[in-house]
Amino acid sequence: MFLLEYEGKELFKRHGIKVPKGFTISKGDDITQKLKENNMDLPVVLKGQYLMGGRGKAGAVKIARSEDELREKSEEIFNLEIKGAKPEYILVEEFVEHDIELYISILVSKASKSLTLLASRHGGVDVEEIAKSGGEIMKLEIDPVGGLSNFHAITVSKFLLGKIDKNFMTFVKNLYKLVVEEDLLLAEINPLTIKDGEPLALDSKIIVDDNSEFRHDLTGFYEYKRFLTWGEKQAREYGFAYVPLKGDIAVIGNGAGLVMATLDLVKYYGGEPACFLDVGGGASSERIAKALEVVYKEISPKKIFINIFAGITRCDEVAKGIVEAVSKVGIPKEMFVIRLTGTLEDVGEEILRREGFTVYKDMDEAAKKVVGGD
Amino acid sequence: MLPGFIDRDIRLLVQGITGRQGRFHTEQMLKYGTNIVAGVTPGKGGQEVHGVPVFDTVYEAVKETDPTASIIFVPAKFAFDAVYEAIQYNLNPIVVITEGIPAHDSLRFINLARARGIRIVGPNTPGFIIPGYAKVGIMPNQYFKKGRVSIISRSGTLTYEVSKSILDIGLGQRLVLGCGGDYVIGTNFIDILPTLAEDDETDAIVIIGEIGGDDEERAAKYIKETGLDKPVVAYIAGRTAPEGKRMGHAGAIVSGSSGTAQSKINSFKEAGAYIAYRPIEVAEILKEVL
Repeated sequence: MFLLEYEGKELFKRHGIKVPKGFTISKGDDITQKLKENNMDLPVVLKGQYLMGGRGKAGAVKIARSEDELREKSEEIFNLEIKGAKPEYILVEEFVEHDIELYISILVSKASKSLTLLASRHGGVDVEEIAKSGGEIMKLEIDPVGGLSNFHAITVSKFLLGKIDKNFMTFVKNLYKLVVEEDLLLAEINPLTIKDGEPLALDSKIIVDDNSEFRHDLTGFYEYKRFLTWGEKQAREYGFAYVPLKGDIAVIGNGAGLVMATLDLVKYYGGEPACFLDVGGGASSERIAKALEVVYKEISPKKIFINIFAGITRCDEVAKGIVEAVSKVGIPKEMFVIRLTGTLEDVGEEILRREGFTVYKDMDEAAKKVVGGD
Repeated sequence: MLPGFIDRDIRLLVQGITGRQGRFHTEQMLKYGTNIVAGVTPGKGGQEVHGVPVFDTVYEAVKETDPTASIIFVPAKFAFDAVYEAIQYNLNPIVVITEGIPAHDSLRFINLARARGIRIVGPNTPGFIIPGYAKVGIMPNQYFKKGRVSIISRSGTLTYEVSKSILDIGLGQRLVLGCGGDYVIGTNFIDILPTLAEDDETDAIVIIGEIGGDDEERAAKYIKETGLDKPVVAYIAGRTAPEGKRMGHAGAIVSGSSGTAQSKINSFKEAGAYIAYRPIEVAEILKEVL
């Protein structure tokens, strides 16, 4: 789960990492009033809060020097769409004069299976751009069992500041603790500056591990509570993975890899998938029926392609779910192309044949059928 | 047996044996002929599951039954503890079936295992099967027969799909191993390729990859650099997946230009591998080249 910049900065504060003074506003808020309440003066920086990157280049970060500018520029940012989304919040921050712009991040590295710390003196641009332009990047692979030790903190301090700085070392340790204690996949500060001898995080980019939900309450974060479609809410509740897409053939199957392969196959034969829906392993008839209800009601597809290769899933449960969805939700039978194979396939097939469905054994044949071939 | 992967006869321990999944798959593995010597569930010691004795701790199971390897069905919340316990007694390999383990927990047990030279398969994996020898996993038994094609995969059901089509053309499998769909996993393609390259009983290698990460690129690089001289057939799922959306698996996400199916396909092409664009083509290509 991605955090908004201001949510990340709240986490920073809680873990002893300094950030500029600021507050968030929503559309329609009286900014001048809020500025007074927070004892802040002009100029301030207005920063649109987006989940996706690229906002600097798009113009969603602006400096406001007067009350008129406050109103005009916040209005502009609220209306600025980046990758299809307008911001619900603007972070209003004190303007921090600075000439040092450093880069630092700690991430869970899939390749080295470590916690990797990246640092550079050439912050302010993407880390990929730093690398391209030949800026030196230090990479420390930290063993998650040993953890971040004093020598790591000294190494980073020497590299970034050219000296062993106590404040900076504390900051590095705090950042590492933040990553471990909050189960983050990434914590990036770019730029990081030094103000009055202390590191100050001017930005935040944070990804929280969704799998850590059982030990952290993630429901308060924007990405969790932002607008979800009815179907997405159902998916969350009933435990299936659902991604709506742009085409007209809904694809439902068991197993992420199999469903992705089915999308690709539909496209291969000239069709356009309307969704990715993985019912997971061992789905009950209830979950199947709910999945069908979601795709039928929410994306009104032309066809529904069900591709089940049953291992721990049982074909009779799948068949019952389909029959249930047809009778309760009223999905027309002609809409279905069903491929069913594996555990209890004979029972499942019998249930469906009795109801007048054709059942395919072969994924390729079924895919051709669903895009309207032979 | 596969030297470098399993060096001795498996005596399997099932951790989390008394849960629904643990019970069901213990029965399936026994049917397949896997030598399961014990199970562990704290608090359930003294019971039996399908004739397998259950202990409270791995310590007791080791003392009484001398297992060599472990398979984990313990819920995500308790999985770190269970894997750590298996590492403590040098069980190897340790196959982690559990889905939804926090990445930081996986990082810690993967590094603890690595320090002792123990192989972790998974998390979020269907496990592995060596037809005619043993199954340490959850794949349906009927799609696997002894043969000379090895499959390594990031997917579960898609692997069964491909395995079945390999049987349909009259071939069989040597080793089928699911690496797992999680963000961090213990065994990547590149960790198994050297074993398969050396293995006299593997005639061809199938790699079933998907979007996200760079496991496929690293595998392709290995194939190219070592001049691996067995036919490799690669299939990559997720060619039509949109950017920034997680497709079911924690690791299956395209971010910006990294992790795309195209990058993986290009790498395999460069390494001289055959590319299958539909799952069925894997078997079709194997039929031609073997």
